[in-house]
Amino acid sequence: MSPEPVNLHRRFVTATREALANPELSRLLNEATVRLNERRAASVAAVPDWQALRERAHQIKKDALANLDALLARFEHEATAHGARVHHAPAAADACRIISDIARASGATSAVKGKSMVSEEVHLNAALAEAGVRAIESDLGEFIVQIAGETPSHIIAPALHKSRGDVSRLFAEKLGIPLTDDLETLTRAAREHLRAEFAAAGLGLSGVNLAVAETGTIVLLENEGNIRLSTSMPRVHVALMGIEKVIPRTADLPVFLTLLPRNATGQPMATYVSMLTGPRRPGELDGPDELHIVVLDNGRSALRADPVAREALMCIRCGACLNACPVYRTIGGHAYGTVYAGPIGSVISPYLQPAASAPDLPFASSLCGACAEVCPVKIDLPGLLVHLRGLAMRGDLAGERVAARGLQRIAMWMWAFAMRTPARYRLASRLLRLGLRPFVRDGWIRRLPGPAGGWTGARDFPAPAKKTFRQSWTAGLKR
Amino acid sequence: MVAVLERLGVACDFPAAQTCCGQPAYNAGCPDEARAVARQFLRAFRDAGHIVAPSGSCVSFAKLHLPPLFEAGSPEHQDAVAIAERLHEFSQFLVHVVGTEDVGAAFPHRVTYHDSCHLLRELGVKDEPRRLLARVRGLELVEMTSSDTCCGFGGVFSIKQPEISAAMAADKVDRIRRSGAECVVAGDAGCLMNIRGLMRRRGVNVRAMHLAEVLARS
Repeated sequence: MSPEPVNLHRRFVTATREALANPELSRLLNEATVRLNERRAASVAAVPDWQALRERAHQIKKDALANLDALLARFEHEATAHGARVHHAPAAADACRIISDIARASGATSAVKGKSMVSEEVHLNAALAEAGVRAIESDLGEFIVQIAGETPSHIIAPALHKSRGDVSRLFAEKLGIPLTDDLETLTRAAREHLRAEFAAAGLGLSGVNLAVAETGTIVLLENEGNIRLSTSMPRVHVALMGIEKVIPRTADLPVFLTLLPRNATGQPMATYVSMLTGPRRPGELDGPDELHIVVLDNGRSALRADPVAREALMCIRCGACLNACPVYRTIGGHAYGTVYAGPIGSVISPYLQPAASAPDLPFASSLCGACAEVCPVKIDLPGLLVHLRGLAMRGDLAGERVAARGLQRIAMWMWAFAMRTPARYRLASRLLRLGLRPFVRDGWIRRLPGPAGGWTGARDFPAPAKKTFRQSWTAGLKR
Repeated sequence: MVAVLERLGVACDFPAAQTCCGQPAYNAGCPDEARAVARQFLRAFRDAGHIVAPSGSCVSFAKLHLPPLFEAGSPEHQDAVAIAERLHEFSQFLVHVVGTEDVGAAFPHRVTYHDSCHLLRELGVKDEPRRLLARVRGLELVEMTSSDTCCGFGGVFSIKQPEISAAMAADKVDRIRRSGAECVVAGDAGCLMNIRGLMRRRGVNVRAMHLAEVLARS
């Protein structure tokens, strides 16, 4: 018997309410995003041609998207020529099957993972577990989230929702160390635990930050060195990437190597940059025997087919839009209910994870534009959100329908009808003022009926003025 | 706004045919309705000279998002582009068109300024209101922390996601209180309605006024 389908709208509302009622989460979100924003701002200020770099990155990505099929073909050709095996996964389940098969063939019983949001997207760890392979997260934030039995709440800082106290208690319980909140002790405990895992793992898993078509090279940026270890110690390395990661030339790399670390964590460069072209070659000391690159679609082609929404595929997963977003800062990543949260999450999730995307997502934004200001590749996120709202209102967005969509469209049609001529506008205004009058107490309205009650749940609404500006003007406003 | 402009010798007219620019429909994902209402906007202002509005969001919509609603090359698109060029937000108009920062105002109170989102990010207006407020006699301007963080209004967002909106408004009100200001000033009525409504509900004794209201005081 299949379970009751989850009402995603209700789930979003509930999750949001829980998040809003959690003062500890508020504190963590505020501290983390303020810190990340300040570091980013300082780092960006040190680059005098930052705006020019953003424009350049935007153009490179735009051209790449326009030539995606040819670039992917070139990338595959070059990577294969250097000894890598390239696999294509149309959907999440295909990626899991391909990678499980590789794992089984390798005989590995454990796989050590570098941080990879796309692996969360396809639920890879669960699939590997079913294939008898234990997947161990080696990024410290992902490691924390994994042993806590949770999912990442931020694209760059997966454990942003966990306090130092949370981690102390978690490590004491799961790693058997004495309770301490000394950061060095905690980090060392994780490092020692993971060292053994790196050495024993038969399989290394990673994502891909950028894939260079010209040379068939995959590029990975990190700060901890765990990706370097995960991709060189195990005998087999599997790299999972979305189709949109490919860029044409090696010469295109520097602009992204500048933009990504500064935008993500405020660093002038990532601590480790790995450029991997094929597996270990004869005579080389380090590297895996086998390199498999799994190229994932999972809804990206659908996104690409929309000439407006396609821009979202330029994303380099820096996470800055999450840090800038006042909605993200208020509700946190988990409330979104999707793997990718924040502004970019609200745009891509309906295409990549329609079964998890609440219809609220495109509407859960005040369109303040803070995200667009910080996006390193100049994605017009507010514009895309409005575009998705249009699709949702027409019933053309995948997934659960907007609640009372029909009624909302009728209401909007009526509003527009009233606004189209000055005579109707004046009549509507008079009717509205008359209609509101019974609710007024002391010049204010404390409870509005129907959907407008959302406002008065937390705020007072002003009583309509005695005279409209229009009336004052006609009566001779000039003093 | 009219009082301030006339004090500066700017003759004002109010085209009675105007209704709305159509932004609420556009933001709600209903571009057809937005277009229908925008047509009336174009009709009302086609023959106007300088057009001034005391609203960052209306002006940014009409300048940036209204023209693309119409097909490039069509008469409506041409009208929209022409009107967009003559359209100004109030503080921009004072500082850059009238060319003045001192409008002869007096308002002896401690004031903090909230940067409305579209005014700041779409029109690039950050200094103009502050320069105008700096010349108001007796006015002490204090900055709140994160003055440029959204207040949570977002138009239809405030009723579609009322709890998130209220939480954002509460954060803004908290910062206003901590600034020590007696009055918060902004250039958008939506922001002010939102902030004022929350302050009233919570008994926060700070006034919320539009920039034009402050500049009209003498």
